[in-house]
Amino acid sequence: MYKMQLLVCGGTGCQASASATIVDKLNESLKAHGLTEDAQVVITGCFGFCEKGPIVKVIPDNTFYTQVTPEDAEEIVAEHILKGRRVSRLLYEDPETKEHVSDSKHMGFYQKQMRIALRNCGFIDPENIDEYIARDGYSALAQVITELTPDQAIDMLKQSGLRGRGGAGFPAGLKWEFTKNYTADQKYVVCNADEGDPGAFMDRSILEGDPNSVIEAMAICGYCIGANKGVVYIRAEYPLAIHRLQVAIEQANEYGLLGKNILGTDFSFEMELRYGAGAFVCGEETALIASMEGGRGEPNFKPPFPAESGYNKKPTCVNNVETFANVPVIYLKGPEWFSSIGTEKSKGTKVFALAGKINNVGLIEVPMGITLREIIFEIGGGIKDGKKFKAVQTGGPSGGCLTEKDLDTPIDFDSLLAAGSMMGSGGMIVMDEDDCMVSIAKFYLEFIVEESCGKCTPCRVGNKRMLETLEKICGGKGDMEDLDNLRNMAHVIRDTSLCGLGQTSPNPVLSTLDNFYDEYVAHVKDKKCEAKQCKALATYTIIPEACTGCTVCARNCPTDAITGERRQPHFINQDLCIRCGVCYTKCKFNAILVQ
Amino acid sequence: METVKIKIDNKQLEVPKGTTILQAAKDAGITIPTLCYMNLPHLAKEHKPGSCRVCVVEVKGHKTLVPSCVTKCVDGMEVLTHSLRAINARRTVVELLISDHPKDCLICPSSGSCELQDLAITLGIREIPCVDNAAISTYRKDSSPSLLRDMDKCVMCRSCETVCNEIQTVGALNAIHRGFMSVVAPAFEQDLIDSPCTFCGQCVAVCPTGALTMQDHTFQVIRALADESKFVVVQTAPAVRAALGEEFGYEPGTLVTGKMVAALRALGFDKVLDTDFAADLTIMEEGTELLDRISRHLQGDKDVRLPILTSCCPAWVNFFETNYPDMLDVPSTARSPQQMFGSIAKTYLANKLGVKKEDMVVVSIMPCLAKKYECQRKEFYTDGIPDVDYALSTRELARLIKYGNIDFTSLEDENFDRFMGESTGAAVIFGVTGGVIEAATRTAYEIFTGKTLENVDFHELRGLEGIRQATIDFDGTPIHIGIAHTLGNARKLLDGVRSGMYNFHAIEIMACPGGCIGGAGQPLHRGDSSVLEARMKAIYKEDANKVIRKSHENPEIVTLYEEFLGAPMSEKAHELLHTCYFCHPRK
Repeated sequence: MYKMQLLVCGGTGCQASASATIVDKLNESLKAHGLTEDAQVVITGCFGFCEKGPIVKVIPDNTFYTQVTPEDAEEIVAEHILKGRRVSRLLYEDPETKEHVSDSKHMGFYQKQMRIALRNCGFIDPENIDEYIARDGYSALAQVITELTPDQAIDMLKQSGLRGRGGAGFPAGLKWEFTKNYTADQKYVVCNADEGDPGAFMDRSILEGDPNSVIEAMAICGYCIGANKGVVYIRAEYPLAIHRLQVAIEQANEYGLLGKNILGTDFSFEMELRYGAGAFVCGEETALIASMEGGRGEPNFKPPFPAESGYNKKPTCVNNVETFANVPVIYLKGPEWFSSIGTEKSKGTKVFALAGKINNVGLIEVPMGITLREIIFEIGGGIKDGKKFKAVQTGGPSGGCLTEKDLDTPIDFDSLLAAGSMMGSGGMIVMDEDDCMVSIAKFYLEFIVEESCGKCTPCRVGNKRMLETLEKICGGKGDMEDLDNLRNMAHVIRDTSLCGLGQTSPNPVLSTLDNFYDEYVAHVKDKKCEAKQCKALATYTIIPEACTGCTVCARNCPTDAITGERRQPHFINQDLCIRCGVCYTKCKFNAILVQ
Repeated sequence: METVKIKIDNKQLEVPKGTTILQAAKDAGITIPTLCYMNLPHLAKEHKPGSCRVCVVEVKGHKTLVPSCVTKCVDGMEVLTHSLRAINARRTVVELLISDHPKDCLICPSSGSCELQDLAITLGIREIPCVDNAAISTYRKDSSPSLLRDMDKCVMCRSCETVCNEIQTVGALNAIHRGFMSVVAPAFEQDLIDSPCTFCGQCVAVCPTGALTMQDHTFQVIRALADESKFVVVQTAPAVRAALGEEFGYEPGTLVTGKMVAALRALGFDKVLDTDFAADLTIMEEGTELLDRISRHLQGDKDVRLPILTSCCPAWVNFFETNYPDMLDVPSTARSPQQMFGSIAKTYLANKLGVKKEDMVVVSIMPCLAKKYECQRKEFYTDGIPDVDYALSTRELARLIKYGNIDFTSLEDENFDRFMGESTGAAVIFGVTGGVIEAATRTAYEIFTGKTLENVDFHELRGLEGIRQATIDFDGTPIHIGIAHTLGNARKLLDGVRSGMYNFHAIEIMACPGGCIGGAGQPLHRGDSSVLEARMKAIYKEDANKVIRKSHENPEIVTLYEEFLGAPMSEKAHELLHTCYFCHPRK
C-alpha cells in the first residue's frame, strides 16, 4: 500500500504541456529519494481546470498543484512527499483574496460543480480497470443483468429523466425502449464519440479519463434492448481516447465483464471501435451509421429512425459518450437521486467545455438549472483582463449567441432553446467587448460550410451564400438588403434542411441578427466595426502630434497612400489606403490610429 | 387495405397507408414540383433521396417544412402545398440551385429539356439574391467517346448515381467531396474512360440538367455529307424507327420507318441502308456458333463453354470485360450488327459499288450511346480506317433532320436502298429485350431440326420482366434460354451461372431497360414506362408485318454468303464478322 499518490493529469491538454515528462521526473525523484514504496505516480484523465494545467494532485491531503513544469517535480517530491511541506508557489491563487488555495474543493472553479459524468476523471488511472472497479465500477452492470429484467432497467432509466447529451436532448430511456420494442435477429448499441464542435472536448475527456464507464453503460444498454454488439464510433483524431478505450475493452474482456456469458449469465456483449474521419456531420446519427457501414457520411431522412432500422438495417440505439457516462451511477444511486438534480424537465448535470475570453478555461460539470452568470463569473472566474462580457455561444456551431439578458436564466435543454440557442453537446464560448459579432457569425458559418456534407440544397448552397454575404458585410460592401436576404435565407435553411446540422446551422446568424442587429447595421450603413475586427472597415489615420516624420510608414506603404515631408507629420490618403495595416505595424511611435 | 385520412390544400382525402404526400397530392390533382425525385416504375425503382428540398410542403404542427416525396401520410395530417411559407422556401431553394449553376441556358445541350429550367419557369424566378458575389462550384470537364460530363451543371439529385450503382451495378459514379464542392464523379475523379463506365448512358437519360450529356457528332456528319469526295452510307438500327417520331410530336410507338428513310435521303446520304440487314447477318453467325457449341456439348465435348452469351450490346460487352474477365471466352465472338454492317459495307459493298474504301463514310443511327465508343474501338479499324465512322443517336438524327429544314411529318414514306437494305422480322426485334434470342431461335430451330418452323412467335421470350427464363423444345431437345436487361440483372444472371445456380444454353443480355427501345440515345421518356411499352408493341408489329421473318431467308443474306463469305463461321466471316474480348480494352 502506498501512503501517498501523485495524480498527474494525462488529458490531451496537459499532455501537450509535457505532463508525460512530469510523470517521468516525479518517478525519477521518488526513486532518488527512495520513496518508491511510499508514493505512487498515477496518470489520470482530465481534471477540467485546463487553464491552469498541467495539474498534479497529491492525495490523501488533496493538494492541487497548478501549472506544474517538469522542473517542479523534484521540489514536489523533496518538499511535499518527503517533508510534508506544500510547495506554495505551485498552489492556485484566489484572484480575489490573492491567497493560496491548496484544496480544489475551495476553488471557485470547482465549488459550484457537480461531477457525475466526470466522477472518475482525475481520480483514477483510466488504463487500470481495477481502479474503476474500486470505485464501484461494473457493479451497476452486475446488478442490472442479475437482478433486473430489461423492462425494469429501462423503467429506471426513464424514471431518472436522463436526456441524451448529444444535442437534441431526447429522453434516453424512451430511446432504449423503442429499440427494445423492435424484434430483430441482431441489434446494436452504438456510442457516438464523434464530438466535433469547435472547442468542445467533453466526450474526449470522458473517454480519456474514464473509458470503463462508457463500456459498462453500453453493456447495460445492450442487455436492456437485446443487443449483443456494441460499437463506438470515434474520430480518428482522438488517438489517446482510442488507446484508452482499447485498453479498457481488452481489460474488460479479460475480466469477463465483456464477452460471452458475462458474470455467468446468459447475457453476452462484444465491443469494437470504428474510426471516423472527422466529419462533423457524422455526429448526426443517420450519417454516423452510413459512415459505419462504409458509405459516404451523409444523413438520411428519418423515419425510419435507427431504433427501427439503423446499423446494417438492424435496430440500433445510438447515444453519445456523456449520456452513457451518466448511466451506471443512475443504477447505483437510484433514479430518484438522479432526478432530484436539475430542473423539472432536464435532470442531472451537464458537462461544458468552457472557452473563449474567460479566466478559467476548462471542462466543467454543473447541475442543470445553474445560470450562465454562475458559470461564467463564478466557475469561469469572469472575463479575461477585466473586459466587459458581450455574449456567450452555447451549443457550438448549431447553437446561438446569448447575451447579458440571458445570464440569469436557469439553463437546461428547453430554456436554451427558448432563448434562441441550444444545449448542443456542451460547447460554451465566451465573448467580450473586443469580439465582432458579425465576424463570430462568419466564423461559425465557415465551419458549417466546411462541414456540410452537400446532400441537401439549403445547407450545401444556402450556407455558402450566407457566408458570402457575411464576407461582403465584413468587407465593407454590404447593404441593408443583404440583411434581409440573410434573414430570409436563414429561415429557409432552418425550415428546409434535411438534418439537424443543416436545420440548426443558421442559429449563429439568426441569434446575432436578433441580439446585435445594431452591429450589423453599423457594418453596412456606417461601414464601422466597433470591435475593430473587420480590417476592411478600419480607418487608418496618423496622429500629427505623435508623428515624428521618420517616413518609415510612407516607405512601407504598398499603395503610396502616405505622404509627408521629412520630420513633418505625415498624412494618409484614404482613397488610396487599402487597410493592410503595414503602417500600423511599422510605426515605432504609436502614431497610427485605427478606428 | 388500411387507409389514412388527410387534408391537402383543404381537400379531404383518404389514401392507402404508406402513401407519400407527393403521391397523395398527385392523385388528387395537385402537382408538387420535384427535382431529385425520380420514379422508374418499369424497374421498380423510386429514387427519393429527399435532398433537393424543392418539394417541401407545410404540415400543420410540424416544426419544419417536410419533403413531400419521402414523408408518408399520417392520419389527421393537414398539408399546405402552397402556403406563403412553402412557396417562399421552394422559390428560395430553386434560387439557391440556380445561383450555383451556369447561366448559359441558351447554348446548353439540355436547353428545353432541363428540369431546373422548367422549375425556374414554373416558379417565375426572375432574380437570384446575392448573385454578384456568388461563387459557382466548378469542376474539370470530362469528355469520353460517348458521354460528356459538365459537373458545373450538376444539381446533386444523384439520379445518375442510383442508376449507375443500383440499376446497372456499374459503380462508375458516386458523390465525392463535401459541402459546396460535393459532386458526382468517378472514384478519384478519374475520367470516365478510365473508370468502370460501360457508356450505357443511362445516367444521361436520367440527368435532369445538362450535367451529363451525349457526345454530339452531328456536325461531323454534316461535314461528310457536304464533302463531294465522300460516299456516305447510313444504317439505321431497329429501335430507332419505333421512337424517332416522338421527337416530331408523334405518339410513342408510332412507326416512322418510311419517313425516316425519306428524311435521310433528303439529307443527302448516298445510300440509305438498314442495320436490320446486319442483324440478320448476326443471327447467321451467332446462331451458327450457338448451334456449334450446343451440338458439341450434346456430343459430350467437355471443352465447350456454355451458355453462349449474346454480344450485340456494346455496353454489355464493356461490362463483362470489366467485371467478368474470367469469362471472356463465354460470349459469342460475333460482332454487333453495327460493326458487321461497317465491315461488309467497306469491303463487299464498296467493291460492288466501285467506291474506294477510304472514300466511304459509314454513319450509323443508333438508340445507343455506347455505340459511339464501340465504333472507335481499335479492333474495328482496318488499315487505320474505322468500319463505322460516326454513330449518331436517335436524338441526334432528329436534330440533323431539323438542321436540314425537313418537315418530317409531311414526308412520303420511302424504302431502303439495296444492297444491305433488305431485312426480316427477326432483325427488327433486335430492338427489344428478348428479341435477339428469339431471332436466333427462329433460325437455329430450323437448322438444328431440319424442320420448318410454323409459328415464329415465341411469346415466352417476350416481356419487360428483368430476368426471364424459358425452355424451347427443339424437336425433343430442350434448349434453356435466359434473358436479362439492365446490367444489374445481367450481373445477377451471370453470378447465377458462375455459381451453378442456372443452367442455360444461351443467354441474351441488353444493358438498357427494355433493350434498345430504352437506349440512352432514344428520346427521353423520364421514367414513363408506357412509352417503353408502346415502342415494344411497335417493334413486334413491324415484325408481324414483314413477309420474311427468319434471318436465314433474307435473300440479300443468301447472296452475301454465296458471293462473298462462303458460309457462316468461314475464314472470311471470322475475319470480318467476329471479334475477341479484352480484360482492359482501354489500356
